[in-house]
Amino acid sequence: MMVNYGFMTIYWRDMIRFVRFKTLLISSLIQPALWMAFFGIAMSASFDRLGASIPPIPGVPEVQYLTFMAAGVIAMTTLFTSLFGGIVLLFDKNWGLMREIMASPLPRDHIIFGIALSGMTKSFIQVMIVMIFGLLIGVSFFAGYTIAHTVVALLGIMLFVGMFSIGFLFFSAAISISMDTPEGLQGIITLLSMPIFFASNALYPVSAFPPVLQAISTVNPLSQLVNGVRYFAIGDNFTTMGIHYVYTPADILLSFTVLGIFAISMFGVAWWRFKSAVVT
Amino acid sequence: MSTSIIEVEGLEHQYGDFKAVNGISFTVGKGEIFSFLGPNGAGKSTAINILITLLKLQKGEAHIAGYDVRTEAEKVRESIGIVFQEVTLDRDMTVWEILEFHGRLYGMTRPDRKERIAEILELVKLGEQKDMLVKKLSGGMKRRLEIGRGLMTRPIVLFLDEPTIGLDPQTRMRMWDYIRTVNDEGTTIFLTTHYMDEADNLSDRINIIDHGKIIASGKPWELKNELGQDLVYLETSDNPRARSIITDLVSISGVSDKGKGILITTNDDGTKILPLIIEEIRNSGISVITVNLKKPSMDDVFVHFTGRELRDDKPGKSPATFRRR
Repeated sequence: MMVNYGFMTIYWRDMIRFVRFKTLLISSLIQPALWMAFFGIAMSASFDRLGASIPPIPGVPEVQYLTFMAAGVIAMTTLFTSLFGGIVLLFDKNWGLMREIMASPLPRDHIIFGIALSGMTKSFIQVMIVMIFGLLIGVSFFAGYTIAHTVVALLGIMLFVGMFSIGFLFFSAAISISMDTPEGLQGIITLLSMPIFFASNALYPVSAFPPVLQAISTVNPLSQLVNGVRYFAIGDNFTTMGIHYVYTPADILLSFTVLGIFAISMFGVAWWRFKSAVVT
Repeated sequence: MSTSIIEVEGLEHQYGDFKAVNGISFTVGKGEIFSFLGPNGAGKSTAINILITLLKLQKGEAHIAGYDVRTEAEKVRESIGIVFQEVTLDRDMTVWEILEFHGRLYGMTRPDRKERIAEILELVKLGEQKDMLVKKLSGGMKRRLEIGRGLMTRPIVLFLDEPTIGLDPQTRMRMWDYIRTVNDEGTTIFLTTHYMDEADNLSDRINIIDHGKIIASGKPWELKNELGQDLVYLETSDNPRARSIITDLVSISGVSDKGKGILITTNDDGTKILPLIIEEIRNSGISVITVNLKKPSMDDVFVHFTGRELRDDKPGKSPATFRRR
């Protein structure tokens, strides 16, 4: 028997569930848009007033706060969706559904890949929605880009989003298969999402952080993702709130490599947890 | 050439200090309906979980369809079908999706899945419910769907763990019919149950299992014959004296206390022996209060071998049962 594409079975089922639960589907699509609408518009009003007092650097394009933080909202949405992406495994385990899968000839790494792939798909859909909504309310992504350039930029963003989300989905799958209750999982995720989210460059510049926080933010996978999104969506040289951002291709390659290493190590963790998992 | 489909030798399994399975050996022949009968916590589910490769084989040997459960788990998985004790259907998927998912999990090709789903829906009579969500199905339909799913991959052995638990009597009878039909078509069946009537009705061979061990094994009628031909229950004004009188009579194979009376097993026609028994007791000045004569049932067999009644058993002590809420 062939089970080479076994992970597609897991993917197929998870996508059925995604589109079947209408409230969950709609809320997961609206929520990031609401972040953009409320947080983005409110914050940009005050941040832009602050930035206005700092003289612009000649020849460097100035970017509004809304555009700056849109990259952060994309990253945040991807983070939360991915962190919770594995929870379906925990429900399956508690409701006995996992026994069917565990007793089948499907190799266990295919369960991990299937869940990661569906989580990634959900993130892609959400990111597209945030971008479209953002462009509607005045985010100036891809400003002055040609069509070819925009396509490349979109591909670059998706590459970063995909690599980032897959790492956190592996992680989420690993804890889901190890935990006994959704409450426990929720606790761990809440505990982790705070430092990941706030000790990053998603919503504000890190240059004013104390050194320890700055160090955390530099290695934080979320910061790597934000770097990638800003590089592709805004450009390699811009200022916002009086701070000058310059990205070289080497910086971006490094960010992507960090995400890749993160994903590979998280797969290792998930693989280890799944191998020792006993579901009866 | 051997025709046995399952061969198990010296199977043991331990949860911490607790020995859930304590040295089980048996073979199941091709086309047989083979059952484990025992109370909750007797080790039935643990044994089945080892055979279907959900639990690691700790000690002993087990082969299914010629494959080693310890080293060829994947081959074993491809050869078996499973119907779990609890419902393991996603409530939010349709009947068709449940079967399609299962076929894909087992790597069946698309044309094969299509053909097999049609056959299964026909067999378990769920054709009209094909596009219905599982949560809309009745308890009996769900169980039928699970049995159908277990058969999707044309398994050599179908494992049924407590297949009629929680079903109404009428639905149970129909489930038994399905199980027999499936068996008639050539699938070997391994059944666990704690229902006497189920084991009695379905099995070619029953194994009474208690405290992790097989304590009796045989065809249903063989097990009943061990108790003699008939059972006589008596309540008298002086049970201990009546007991000693009866023990010496001919054609009596055993006498024991039961509740307020005594239980006598006979190895001849009970209808002929009973008048003799009553006469002898009366002659000794003891009066007879109640008399009952019956053929041994599976319940009697169980009491005989385990020394207790199944329904008196405390709910499961095994960690596996604890964990399940």
